[in-house]
Parts: sequence; C-alpha cells; structure tokens
Amino acid sequence: MDIIVCIKQVPDSYDISWDKNTGSLSRQSASAMLNPIDKNTLEAAITLREEHGGFITAITMGPDQAEDVLREALGMGIDKAILLSDKVFAGADTLATSYALSCAIKKTHRFDMVICGKESYDGVTGHVGPQLAEFLDLPQLTNSTEISVKKNKVLVKQKTEDGYRLLEANLPVLITVEKNINQPRIPSMEDIMDAYREKIIDIWRGEDLNSNTEGFGLNGSPTKSKSVYVKKLVRGSAEILKGEPDVTARRLVEIFKEKGLF
Amino acid sequence: MPENTEKLGGLWVIIEQRHGKVVRVSLELLGEARALSDKAPSDVTAFLIGEDVAEIAEELIWQGADRVIIAEHAICKYYRTEVYTDIICTQAMKDKPEIILFGATCMGRDLAPRVSARLKTGCTSDCTKLAIDSGHLVATKPFFGHDLMTDIVCPVNRPQIATIRPGVLELTNPDRSRKGEILSYDIRLREDDIKVKVAGIINERSKNLPLEQAEKVVVGGMGVGSKEGFEMLKELADLLGAELGATNLPVDEGWISEEFKIGQTGKTIRPKLYIGCGVSGAIQHSAGMIGSEFIVAINKDPNADIFKLADYGILGDINEVIPAIVKEIQRQKGLV
Repeated sequence: MDIIVCIKQVPDSYDISWDKNTGSLSRQSASAMLNPIDKNTLEAAITLREEHGGFITAITMGPDQAEDVLREALGMGIDKAILLSDKVFAGADTLATSYALSCAIKKTHRFDMVICGKESYDGVTGHVGPQLAEFLDLPQLTNSTEISVKKNKVLVKQKTEDGYRLLEANLPVLITVEKNINQPRIPSMEDIMDAYREKIIDIWRGEDLNSNTEGFGLNGSPTKSKSVYVKKLVRGSAEILKGEPDVTARRLVEIFKEKGLF
Repeated sequence: MPENTEKLGGLWVIIEQRHGKVVRVSLELLGEARALSDKAPSDVTAFLIGEDVAEIAEELIWQGADRVIIAEHAICKYYRTEVYTDIICTQAMKDKPEIILFGATCMGRDLAPRVSARLKTGCTSDCTKLAIDSGHLVATKPFFGHDLMTDIVCPVNRPQIATIRPGVLELTNPDRSRKGEILSYDIRLREDDIKVKVAGIINERSKNLPLEQAEKVVVGGMGVGSKEGFEMLKELADLLGAELGATNLPVDEGWISEEFKIGQTGKTIRPKLYIGCGVSGAIQHSAGMIGSEFIVAINKDPNADIFKLADYGILGDINEVIPAIVKEIQRQKGLV
C-alpha cells in the first residue's frame, strides 16, 4: 500500500511578523520542529506499511530549512521525501497550501492513501486535510484514532463530541489522525545520522508542479489578515481576601451565598 | 485558481442537528447572523440537513432565520462529508450567498474547509468574533500561544466562510412571533454513489452537561501539580454542583483528559461561577473563560494575570485553601 504523508515544520516558540502590504503572516523562529502530531501521522503510515507492505512518501511545503523535518521522517523510516520550496509558495493560506500539496501528490502518481495530522500546532485550523481531499477528489476520514485496512477497504474510528463513529470506505482515501492514535517510535541515533548522511530529499519548485503558478502562495490565497493586535484580557482588579485559609474559605463561601451561587 | 467574485445573496447558517435536536452553537449563530444582517441588509438562511428534521424549522425561524432550506432524506441520517458538501455547494452555486457560517464543532471543522475548497474560496476557523466592515466579513481569531488576535478577511472570493467556536456568542431569546419561509431542497444523491459508510456509532458522552453549558466550573491549572490534585478539585466541584475544567498544561501532562480543556485550543465557557485553582491566566486559557460572570482565583503568585480577570482572589497555596473551602462547605451543608 502506497502512502503519502503530509507533514509540517512549525516554530517551537515563535515571533509572528505580519506584512501590512500583503496581509500575510510569517512565523519565523530561531528553532523549529516537526509539528508534534505529525510524529503520529508518520507512525500511522509506518505501522500500515509493516502490516501491508508498500511505500511511504512524505511531503512538506516550506523554506529550505523545512528539510529538517523530512530528515526526521526519513529517520523514522519513510521511503522518500519531497520538499516543496519556492518563492511562489510564500504567503500561502490553507487553500493555497492544500492546492500546492495536491499538485505535488498528483505528480507522484501512485498512492492508496494520504495521511495528515488533524491540525498543525501553529495554525490550528484543521483545514488542510479536508481541502486537500477535495482537490484530490478523495473521501476524507478525519480525526481518526484507529485505522485498519482489509484488502481494498479501510475502516477508521473517528473521534466526535459524543464518542466515536466507525467509518468505512474503499481506497484511496485521505485520513487525518488524532494525537492518541499511537505512540510514535523514537528513531535511533544511527537512523537519524543515516537520514542526514545518506538519504536524498527531492526539492520541487512551483514550475515543477504546474506551469501556471497563479494558484500558489499569496496569489492563490483568498484570505488575508487585515490586522494583528495584542489583546490583553483584563477586567479590572480582584479583591483579595486576606487571612489564614480557614478565614478566607469562610469569607468565600459567604460571598457564594450572597451571590446565590451556593 | 478561478475567481468567484459574484455578489448578492445572503447570509447562511449551516444547522447542525443530532438526533433531531439542534446543536446549541447553530442557534447562537442564527442570533449572530440576525445581528449582522441588521448592519448589512441581507436575508438569513438556515440550512437544515438530516432525516425527519422538518419540525425543527420553526425553531430556526424564531431564532432569527428568514428562510429555512430543508434537505431531508434517509441518505442524510448521519452526517457525512460528501453528502453535506454536495447539498450545500449545489445550492450555494445557485443562490450565491455572501457568507456561510458553521459551528466549529467536529462536523463544522470537517465540512467548512471541504466546502471552501469546492467553492474555491477562503475559510477562517475557530473565530471568536464576527463583524461586517465595508461589506466584508471580518472574522477575528486568537493566535495560539500569544496575546494576539488577528482579523481575517476574504476580500474577493465568495462566499466568505467561517467556523465559530461554540459558546463565544450569546444565545438570543427566541421570538415566537417571527415568520419565515420554508423551502425544500430536492436531494438527488443515491446511496450507491456515496463512498463513505457509517458502520457504527459508539456513544461515550457522559451524563453531565457539556462543559460549555455548565453554570459553575472549577478549573485547575499547572499549580494543581498532579492527577491527585485534580481529585481534590473534583471534590470541591461536586460539593458546588460544578463541572471540572483545566488549562492546557495539565492536559499535556496527562493529569486530566483533553475533553476538560478550556481555552484557545479547548472549549469556551461562560458559567455563572468560575473558580480558577493554580491558574496563571495566560491568554491561551483566558480566551476561553473571559465570558464567565463571577470569577474567583486562587493562586500563590500575587502577579498572576488571573487576578486581573477575577472578581475575588485568594492569595495562597491551593493545597491549603481548597481543603479549607471544602471543609467550610461541608460544615454549612451539615456534612461534618
């Protein structure tokens, strides 16, 4: 079973800079990491390959330094890594990101399943899975906590507000995973070194994906950030109850009574 | 991507119902849509999809809809992305709404981005505020991990799509004298064409009220220190008839499960009584509780931001203060 995994490099603590002219946000930081849930995404793919055989390709879009997360994925045991890196991808909102990823996935030709994390640590929109599924015309099975595949059929356990749903579909599908789907493996030092020394990362530019690059980056992004501002939530100042715990406790319970809260 | 800039059309709210009961956020959205349409005149349409759901339509009109479109069919018994996307987009291509709003629930977060990709337009998720400025929807959302908010617009493409977090908008009172139009959508999908089947439903919801609707909430932060610390909070919550909640870190530490998380990446609450125990008051959390009516904070750090949000504060170690409160309540209730 051939699987495409979409991963993302995210800042581990970041400064947001906002370009007033373009209305796009850039999140730069000195240190970046693999989006935490993507470890689970990669683990899910590797587990499926262990059960069913196949080939795993990881794709990420980002600046050149995003190569690091692909190296980490290679260290975990994926087969092929593709970095979408080009100025034309810059300033992409989720729609333009999903569109670029869909072009890359179509170019890889072979896949039975696409797996993404439920959402990224920095954006937290959860858009890319469903939008990518639409561009690839695949059924989407989101928020999965279990995946099983029998022949051509895939069954997932989907987390909902009320519990879970079991969803069934034929391959190919797009799946997004929840954090608790598995316990990601920790690659050995040797595997990580190999990933840096011996493995090759394919770098694809905008033109490699589509001769018309209009749909990428800022150009292809319908949403703009109009303003970014600090919002301190302040209501005033609390009246501090003073004294030993039993004194403050008694006073507090009295206040609850006055307010009809007890 | 082709641009889709035609104007006109109204303001849609996609109604979520489970077992024939409207999910609260859908009602909150209808009130908000009503308020927005008063500023920028447009009709409010409630889009209701399901099986045997027609009797809900009237409630949607009372809540603010001018028009209810009902798509009723056995194929819609359970929410499925493909079915709902097809129905909403088919009608949207015809009616060309300006704005489509979804609750930021599991369904809304699954459906809204898919609809936005099919209609080749923008989507803004997890908004905490909506406004209309020069004819555009301005969707405000907090930035994870920062005291930052951002206003997102979708200036050219239509419709403008947003998901709004449950609990951030106030529920308006139904106006039973309101009248509206009820239309039906003719479903042409066939079950054989639908790729995803719902093979089972496992209900694990507790009997408790959803946290978003609780009147009293006792919330633990990093200061709680352990799983056992949350048991102490639970005792206090039970005595007060309150629900338990938590900030991000205790959830990340595994002291309490995800469903209790309140804040930007968790739930939004607006209870009558909020008691924060060992909660610092960082924006990640406070964005989800600022609507609370009466706030009490217990923290040993006099500089904790939570004291700027609270009505009353107790400066002290929660391990001493909470047992004292528990004892006092037990004494008053005659339990000891």
